[in-house]
Amino acid sequence: MNNPIVYDLMAARPEILVLTMAMVILLVDLFLSERHRYVGYVLSQLTLLGSAILTVATHTPGVAYVFNGMFVDDPMADVLKLMMSLATSVVLVYSRSYIATRGMYRGEFFALVLFALLGMMIMVSGSHFLTLYMGLELLSLSMYALVALDRDNPRATEAAMKYFVLGALASGMLLYGMSMIYGATGALELGQVRNALMSGQPDHAVLILGLVFVVAGLAFKIGAVPFQMWVPDVYHGSPTAVTLLIGSVPKFAAFAFFMRLLIQGLEPLGIDWQGMLIIMAVLSISIGNITAIAQTNIKRMLAYSTISHVGFLLFGFLAVGPNGYTSAMFYISAYVLMTLGAFGILLLLSRQGFEAEHLDDLKGLNQRSPWYAFIMLLLMFSMAGVPPTLGFYAKFTVLQAALQAGFVGLVIFAVLMAVIGAFYYLRVVKLMYFDEPIDQTPIKPQADVAFVLSVNGLLVLLIGLMPEWLMELCAYAIAQSIQ
Amino acid sequence: MTYMQKIYLLIPLLPLLAAVVVGLFGRKLPRFTAHLFTITGVGASFALSVLVFQDVLAGHIYNGAVYTWLTSGHTSFEVGFLIDPLSAMMMVVVTFVSLMVHIYTIGYMHEDPGYSRFFSYISLFTFSMLMLVMSNNFMQLFFGWEAVGLVSYLLIGFWYTRPTAIYANLKAFLVNRVGDFGFLLGIGMVLFFFGSLDYQAVFSVAPQFADMNVEIVPGHSWSLLTVVCLLLFVGAMGKSAQVPLHVWLPDSMEGPTPISALIHAATMVTAGIFMVARMSPLYELSTTALSTVMVIGAITALFMGFLGIIQNDIKRVVAYSTLSQLGYMTVALGASAYSVAIFHLMTHAFFKALLFLAAGSVIMGMHHDQDIRNMGGLRKYMPITWLTSLIGSLALIGTPFLSGFYSKDSIIEAAQMSHIPGSGFAYFAVLAGVFVTAFYSFRMYFLVFHGKSRWMEAKDDHGHGHDDHDHDDAHHHGLGPHDKPHESPWVVTLPLIALAIPSLVIGYLAIEPMLFGHFFSNVIFVDAEAHPTMHELAHHFHGAAAMGLHAFTSLPFLLAASGVALSWFFYMKRPDIPAAIRQRFELVYRILDNKYGFDAFNEKFFAGGSRLIGSKLWQIGDVTIIDGLFVNGTARLIGRVSAIIRHLQSGLIYHYAFAMIIGVFVLLTFFMKK
Repeated sequence: MNNPIVYDLMAARPEILVLTMAMVILLVDLFLSERHRYVGYVLSQLTLLGSAILTVATHTPGVAYVFNGMFVDDPMADVLKLMMSLATSVVLVYSRSYIATRGMYRGEFFALVLFALLGMMIMVSGSHFLTLYMGLELLSLSMYALVALDRDNPRATEAAMKYFVLGALASGMLLYGMSMIYGATGALELGQVRNALMSGQPDHAVLILGLVFVVAGLAFKIGAVPFQMWVPDVYHGSPTAVTLLIGSVPKFAAFAFFMRLLIQGLEPLGIDWQGMLIIMAVLSISIGNITAIAQTNIKRMLAYSTISHVGFLLFGFLAVGPNGYTSAMFYISAYVLMTLGAFGILLLLSRQGFEAEHLDDLKGLNQRSPWYAFIMLLLMFSMAGVPPTLGFYAKFTVLQAALQAGFVGLVIFAVLMAVIGAFYYLRVVKLMYFDEPIDQTPIKPQADVAFVLSVNGLLVLLIGLMPEWLMELCAYAIAQSIQ
Repeated sequence: MTYMQKIYLLIPLLPLLAAVVVGLFGRKLPRFTAHLFTITGVGASFALSVLVFQDVLAGHIYNGAVYTWLTSGHTSFEVGFLIDPLSAMMMVVVTFVSLMVHIYTIGYMHEDPGYSRFFSYISLFTFSMLMLVMSNNFMQLFFGWEAVGLVSYLLIGFWYTRPTAIYANLKAFLVNRVGDFGFLLGIGMVLFFFGSLDYQAVFSVAPQFADMNVEIVPGHSWSLLTVVCLLLFVGAMGKSAQVPLHVWLPDSMEGPTPISALIHAATMVTAGIFMVARMSPLYELSTTALSTVMVIGAITALFMGFLGIIQNDIKRVVAYSTLSQLGYMTVALGASAYSVAIFHLMTHAFFKALLFLAAGSVIMGMHHDQDIRNMGGLRKYMPITWLTSLIGSLALIGTPFLSGFYSKDSIIEAAQMSHIPGSGFAYFAVLAGVFVTAFYSFRMYFLVFHGKSRWMEAKDDHGHGHDDHDHDDAHHHGLGPHDKPHESPWVVTLPLIALAIPSLVIGYLAIEPMLFGHFFSNVIFVDAEAHPTMHELAHHFHGAAAMGLHAFTSLPFLLAASGVALSWFFYMKRPDIPAAIRQRFELVYRILDNKYGFDAFNEKFFAGGSRLIGSKLWQIGDVTIIDGLFVNGTARLIGRVSAIIRHLQSGLIYHYAFAMIIGVFVLLTFFMKK
């Protein structure tokens, strides 16, 4: 352990495992016949399990900077990596039969998912502009490829193209902003940037210029208005399995990205980015909720729902301080759990030659399968924020944090918007329970999907009833990592 | 948890369990299981209550929480039991009467389709009432209070297809709302000022607040304890049907007769009396409150008795007598003779349950005709019902040595001994009430059991007041000229006999320990200096037998005897006199027939006023502003905005990129300027 290189590498063991396995799967896949494609799936699941176990096993409460300060191993990173590994695993469970019937059940898919995960892990642990950017690009490039994986599908290709071009633009903005800040502070490592800002010497105008571009880049990645345009089209155009991935796990990484850049690096500019976040939060909540009402495609509807959830998430950052960050982290965990379940139901309803993506496809679900209708009911109630589900508690903590920070008007506005939002979530419930089914095909999920999806749905209720442990986990991660 | 604590828990929980099982699964189970389960539950509950009673007599008092519901700040909301002589006695009375009514119901309801539902309700009622009397804190008291109210509501409207029943249960519910509103305010003030909901804690700090004043309306200050006591008493007025919140009780007779006996005579309506007795340490601190209590009770006792005279529905006569007797109990409370009130509560529970059940038996014998003008001469056909009714009536009017005599005479004496403002009127009222009670009780008795069998004569219309079962419309009501009434089955007569025995002897046996012994000495608090009533009463008491013998020369006995004699003369000897009086004093009759206009006033003023306000608020507030402007208006607006924003999502990549650049541009301009 005395060797500094070994020490550095030890801190990144989960990442190294994921990287190695992604390449192994690519290679192994070359030698697999069509009948043995499941090997790639099993290997990926084992990798995710291994990464989760490694993350837990190597966890220490302290903060360790390695690789010359480019990479940080702290409890927040560990908790998020654990959640990301588990969430990715759930994504694969839900996706398996979907991708199998659409010719995507191949090594590329699994390798790309693992590379995306690797990118997210680096984002979570980056403590340097360059590592952060590198992680982001690894994630983004994997995602572009995943969206286009079903390459004969014109809609998917179009979505991938839009995602790529706009993503490149956003990356450019982010990089430009970082270079401005580097120019003003002379530092790339977050800690040094912060120190330089605290000293008060850098030119404020240059900093603001850089900050606006950084925030714009961030906003694009997380999908906040007015940088949200790609979200509905990509959600809609991608194969549902990929939408599930885009909609869920990367939000953890985006949360970490905000934490690293804005809180750990640029907190001294808080007053300025707070103003920007307020504008984006208000716009996201209103445009997200209002536009979702007009959607007939449930994937688009969930895309707008994501935008509004992002608005709520930003409220957590407004309340500068551990309380706000904890609530934001809680919110993002709740959001990912709900999104996984909702898209899980859509994947459950899809089958060979049929995409469940219209609201009408949910009609009469209660008659087809009361249990999954109930799970979807829980998920929709949770997204709408009906007590005692998890979503209520998540909204409640975020708004409470914002309220304590003095944003009374904004909180009232957010609650009103949540009421509007309740409309389209409850409409789904109405369709499931009070309308006659159009499609009578029986729903027969595989055992693992049935189990995971049921647990997923019930957790939304159970954590809503007993939110303390998740809250404490988030509070622990934040308290140990943010000084 | 000790052995006794488990028993305390079992007593209310057994009837609850039976109620839940029968309520949820009763329709699927065979019919006999409904009464089997509930009677087993309430019977066990009764046996255990007797056990507890003996344990209490041996000096074991329990006061403690069994479950903490929630803690808010320093206030904890608990479920707890206070088992002392008062609650133990109430438990025995409640479970005993309830058991009798359960058995009676087998016969009374045997052809009703709602058989298991009815058993479930009365068991649920038993649970609620036990929770009320066993409570050691205001919160649980309020829970029991509302729970018995709820069951009462359900049972008054038991035959829910009849509009009159629905009207009556809604009325009972609304009138009780008024009472409960006061009660809840009272509890709120207790919590706010005394800082606790626990009886013992409240009673121990209350004397420190004796001189404290509160300003409710700025500029007027009242004694805190007076306000608290009066607010709590408003609750008692609702539940125990004191003027002017009495209007629901006569209408509650729309329910089946067994529940009239159990809920609207023996137990639930006495909850208010019980509550005030329980709160004696508070009431003793406010003479103003006691005076008010006494006057309200006196008005109820006398004026509700008058109304009993002109009723022709057998159940309503008994209902008005219940109102009047509740007034007596309230007078006793006002005279600081709490133990006397509880004593009367107990004896009344027995003989009034008896009278109601006997009335139910008569109704069954008459094939669901309730009009006493169609009865007469039933003595021959229904001997057990006749005899037990006679015992009940004699007990009610205060025949010496019967149970009602001891309790009622003690109340009259207490009113006489009391010196607080209003006691003079109260004394007059309860004394005059004796005559009235005797008159209407025996008017009913003679009309039902003696004289000619009038159902054999040509019948006039009897379109109202049927305690019938709603399942068979073809079922004809009342007896034809050639039908004969029949005695009821043993499940009906057995409870009558079982209730007649305590109606005869309980007063003689219990007066000494309950009123003048140490039975209530640690439970009921009387400020002997300020309110020496009980003290003086004890001074005049020389044993139960002496009291009974002395009574033959006393004024109340003469009044009762003359009441009986007059009713015999009027209704047996010269039936033309009442008709003549009625014609001569048309105005008085009209006033009584309209029940002093309370109903009309409530209907016009409160109900009409509420409806007016409601319809205005609905038209202006709901339809125009909320629905029109806010709900539909915003929905339309959002729908439109949504449709417009949707078009921004053009699907064209250069529009998207443009939006992003505009976004950056706006942010830059906005934040660079600052």
